[in-house]
Amino acid sequence: MTVRSNWLPHPLLSLALLGLWLLLNNSAAPGHLVLGTLLGLLIPVFSRRFWPEATPLVRPGLAFRFALQVVWDIIVANFAVARIVLGPAEAVRPAFVRVPLDVQGDFALTALLSVISLTPGTVSAQIDEERRFLLVHALSSLDSATLAQQIKTRYEAPIKEIFAC
Amino acid sequence: MMLHLVNLLTAILLLLGAGFALVGSIGLARLPDIFTRLHGPTKASTLGVGAILLASILFFSAREGLTLHEFLVSLFLFLSAPVSAHLIARAAIHRRCKSICGAPEDP
Repeated sequence: MTVRSNWLPHPLLSLALLGLWLLLNNSAAPGHLVLGTLLGLLIPVFSRRFWPEATPLVRPGLAFRFALQVVWDIIVANFAVARIVLGPAEAVRPAFVRVPLDVQGDFALTALLSVISLTPGTVSAQIDEERRFLLVHALSSLDSATLAQQIKTRYEAPIKEIFAC
Repeated sequence: MMLHLVNLLTAILLLLGAGFALVGSIGLARLPDIFTRLHGPTKASTLGVGAILLASILFFSAREGLTLHEFLVSLFLFLSAPVSAHLIARAAIHRRCKSICGAPEDP
């Protein structure tokens, strides 16, 4: 291990902590910048044991585009769910859908499960021990094969690329 | 003039946010089983709270200079809502809660 990786084990985490500190204090005054940088440097060093994997984000540009797309999907999802909730009871046709998983790795799986839960009419419900299948509950499923395919191409493929796994 | 525009936008965002929070609550009360009920709070309320926070950013930025710490609230909400929904769904499957689309086969 080089000196740099000993003292700066997770550069992205350090940056995120600095951003968090500035937002918490709602100010970018020089004093807060210094304090935030100090915290961003110290916390990853002291909590290194809790972060066995390096932060595997390899495509930040793609991650940003993906985040925008997810925000858009969340807005669309809200209108779709609102229509189902307020509409006739027959419109609710829930189903469990099994999605085969390609991504591995804690970060990528957490991201995928969260995105699925936040977007159109789906909540991730269960994942098996070997991480081969994901059980998704859909509020009104057109048909399960299409839905599984949609999740794989729309969300799993970009996440796989972003975290390189 | 500028302030009027900001006030108008704030009011629209507040109404939109409150409307979505209401829809989420109606979903919670109206949908038939625990799995469908999970959908209300995970989605409708995220956009509801999101719109209200946007209104807050707009309102206070126009009066006291840029404030952005509302973003933290939405960030933490977006991180925590899916995790809690996932845990509730898992627990419900584990306890074999009644579901109107039949029990899922064991994965």
